[in-house]
Amino acid sequence: MATASTANFETKPWGGGYSPFNVRWGKLYMWIFLLSDAFTFSSLLIAYGSLRHRWTEIWPTPGEVFTHFPFIHGHVPLAYVGLMTFILIMSSVTMVLAVDAGHSFKRKSVQVWLGLTIVGGLMFLGSQAWEWYHFITGSDEGSFVLADGRFARTDHLEPGKLFIHYYDPAQGKRVTDVVEGSAAEALKASSTHHVQGANLIENEYGPTPLFGNFFFFITGFHGFHVFSGVVINFIVFVLVTKGALDRKKDYELVEKVGLYWHFVDLVWVFVFTFFYLV
Amino acid sequence: MSEDFVSADIHHEHVSHKAMEKAHSGLNTKVIWKVFWILLGITIFEVAISFTPLSKDLLLYIFIGLTIFKAYYIVFYFMHMKFEETALKFSILLPFVLIVYLIFIAIYEGIALGLINY
Repeated sequence: MATASTANFETKPWGGGYSPFNVRWGKLYMWIFLLSDAFTFSSLLIAYGSLRHRWTEIWPTPGEVFTHFPFIHGHVPLAYVGLMTFILIMSSVTMVLAVDAGHSFKRKSVQVWLGLTIVGGLMFLGSQAWEWYHFITGSDEGSFVLADGRFARTDHLEPGKLFIHYYDPAQGKRVTDVVEGSAAEALKASSTHHVQGANLIENEYGPTPLFGNFFFFITGFHGFHVFSGVVINFIVFVLVTKGALDRKKDYELVEKVGLYWHFVDLVWVFVFTFFYLV
Repeated sequence: MSEDFVSADIHHEHVSHKAMEKAHSGLNTKVIWKVFWILLGITIFEVAISFTPLSKDLLLYIFIGLTIFKAYYIVFYFMHMKFEETALKFSILLPFVLIVYLIFIAIYEGIALGLINY
């Protein structure tokens, strides 16, 4: 009796014959989890935007902070995060190719693409570790809080110079004074505080600790998502290799972990824009 | 009675064959690589224009626009959303109206607090 009525049900998605979402519950729950996770990341990035607008006059310019690139002594702003973005987008492509191979039950193909996705994830994590190292250790000389309270940065390409960033109420905007020679040495000697690198209490990139706090929290939270993704991908890789999905004749597990991995890539696209570009 | 209940549950688990075919069409390796080049192109373009002397405000709007464009390609192609049922699309995407609202109130609050203090 049940079989007889099925055909009738299937013509209407809300008729009860099958799920109106037309996905199995595992995939639907993954989507709902990703929705909640998107809300968490949105809240973090919106909090960043809100406080950045609150402290807009003293907030560091990201283009002047993230200037390192391996083996290059000069300033290459954004190139390194650009490379990290490329690595993550690339690993998203290999993941979608793994899902695609899973649809046609090509186990070898799934292994190759999923393996490459794991390699991409590990490369991204390594890049992030490198970036954190340089953010934490900072520049050669660090920054100085001058006796008048203004904040002065140094630049390893122009030794001996001090770059004093401050808000000038008379002009109504942010200005930079450049001091060099003996005047700079005198300012350094009379400075009240020397800041080297970054931690949760202070950072050499600007007078507000919020910049460092947001950097550690947002990129750290995203990095932990990438780490979790690599671990889950690895577990699925082992299951695929052992033929567990072939026995089930069902590669939907790859699809589910793929959704998570693409979401991690998606979040990075937003972190890249709102933390590094603007 | 209980048997009926179980079979109904199994039925929910299995999606219709016709719809399954529909869901799997549309995304092939050619499309995947095309989306990859679009995403890469946009990212390179973003980094490139951040060095041009365009005004900060204009750049901000360009970046937000391009980011949403990239998000569309990731969600709709890589995450397969384009080929899902309308009900699923709306269930997942509609709640983001709340995020737009939060952006509006939180950013204006931040700007207002800045103006009070300076």
